[in-house]
Amino acid sequence: MLTPLPTYEDALARFEPVIGLEVHVELGTASKMFCGCATKFGAEPNTQVCPTCLGLPGSLPVLNGAAVESAIRIGLALGCSIADWCRFARKNYFYPDMPKNFQTSQYDEPIAFDGSVDVAVPSAESGGELVRVGIERAHMEEDTGKSLHVGGATGRIHGASHSLVDYNRAGIPLIEIVTTPVIGAGARAPEVARAYVGQLRELLLALGVSDVRMEQGSLRCDANVSIRPRSSAVLGTRTETKNVNSLRSIERAVRHEIRRQAGVLLAGGTVVQETRHWHEDTGVTTSGRVKSDAEDYRYFPEPDLVPVAPEREWVDRLRGTLPEPPHVRRGRLQQEWGCSENEMRDIVGAGALGLVELTVAAGASPQAARKWWLTELARRAKEDGLGLAELPVTPAQVAGVQALVDVGRVNDTLARQILDGVLAGEGEPEEVVAARGLEVVSDDAALGDAVDRAITANPDVVDKIRAGKVAAAGALIGAVMKEMRGQADAGRVRELVLARLS
Amino acid sequence: MSDPIPGITRNDVAHLARLARIDLTDAELDHLAPQLAVIVESVTKVSEVADADVPPTSHPLPLINVFRADEVTPSLTADQALSGAPAVEQQRFSVPRILGEEQ
Repeated sequence: MLTPLPTYEDALARFEPVIGLEVHVELGTASKMFCGCATKFGAEPNTQVCPTCLGLPGSLPVLNGAAVESAIRIGLALGCSIADWCRFARKNYFYPDMPKNFQTSQYDEPIAFDGSVDVAVPSAESGGELVRVGIERAHMEEDTGKSLHVGGATGRIHGASHSLVDYNRAGIPLIEIVTTPVIGAGARAPEVARAYVGQLRELLLALGVSDVRMEQGSLRCDANVSIRPRSSAVLGTRTETKNVNSLRSIERAVRHEIRRQAGVLLAGGTVVQETRHWHEDTGVTTSGRVKSDAEDYRYFPEPDLVPVAPEREWVDRLRGTLPEPPHVRRGRLQQEWGCSENEMRDIVGAGALGLVELTVAAGASPQAARKWWLTELARRAKEDGLGLAELPVTPAQVAGVQALVDVGRVNDTLARQILDGVLAGEGEPEEVVAARGLEVVSDDAALGDAVDRAITANPDVVDKIRAGKVAAAGALIGAVMKEMRGQADAGRVRELVLARLS
Repeated sequence: MSDPIPGITRNDVAHLARLARIDLTDAELDHLAPQLAVIVESVTKVSEVADADVPPTSHPLPLINVFRADEVTPSLTADQALSGAPAVEQQRFSVPRILGEEQ
């Protein structure tokens, strides 16, 4: 685009954004939606396929009961009504990611509809606000195969000579959760989008229905964005941005799309209804598929699958299995841990609520658990471009490291080295301690020798201390710690130094 | 779901052919459209006996809630799965480049 984008502030001064979010969640069932093929991520291509998910003639789908249970539980957790009776539908299209030439989905009869979630949107000043996001529907469908485009420069379809398809993913149970348009969020629309998906992710995790790994595609978000002049009551033309693979990207993509559309309208153009692709590296969206008559899915009821009509008793029983609602849980944990509102917000914002909870359950104090996850481990996660939950360390291991600190066997420096070892796959904290020899030296004779050497080597410092400048002892303590390669209790070293010089 | 199609026009057939990525010539459209129209018309006769108060039937059997347990059953081997593919590369089905986008 030749004209420079307006700033976000300028765009917001003229236009009001309206967003809508479509989230696809891959369920964590052992088998696929309509056949018994495994759903393991990362398997060799085309090794988790059978006649049903390959769409071979004569095969018939049979619905996975566990997937229906998950769908109902998700619907209930989102405050939805559960359909008394609903059907699957065929979404007909010709693209090689579905070998049947249709995707089995739900159309006008979703299993769950008309819900809402109160999303906690963090805010620097006020400690956050609750924004109600309406849930239009949550429906069941199946995932598609994965295409690899060959011959193009970027792995994308443009310029590719042919495509290679792996159907392992085809038929994995998918729940699509669609919000109603979010109107009135104003400048905070991008943050609301991010907070909504973040909270949804946490909810799905608490329900135990999916591993919700955005980077592996088990949670995918499409962001619908439109803008309208502040004076207008009519919704603008919307675009649907795909390929948004992290919470941070959702916020960035929505923000960019608001600016881009404002730029188009301010230049006298019109926004085209289309899908757009988000590019994480450049921070922009580019045009994808334009909505046209080619998008005529000719839905009709799936004759091979019988209707789903959940009995009330079943739905009520599933309602009883729902986890504590997020805001109730947050309030309870805040009280149990004695945290301030700000501390809680940091924990929730870092996506560490569950991790801290598990670490505390494994024996660490809330303060220590919070400290490890929000400082050292948060830094590591950032360096490696991972979410906290994806770090190769468990809450129990973090609690194990803290237990070593608590009994005085290691200090904080050594504790960090133990975590290094755990993260590097060297085993449990105790094994890392043994293998790396990381315990503090509490042997007073060995420490005493090191203290004596430090005193001999630093006569000027010794003079200062003797003259009453006790603060100068830090230099001697530092020298001893260095000699002990950090494996000493600094408090004990200080006692020894001062005892010798008094 | 869409309403029953009263008839089928040449334009309908051209549209469906485009969706199905079948390249039909004008002659083929002239030939096929009336044939399909006759088929659809024959099936439409059902609506003469079904009153407006009869809901369309999607499933002939009065069954609901047929589920299977979430248990993994053996899949095909990759060789078996790919045995019918016209072209294979990197243990995947090789297909011509398709214009358009993933769904």
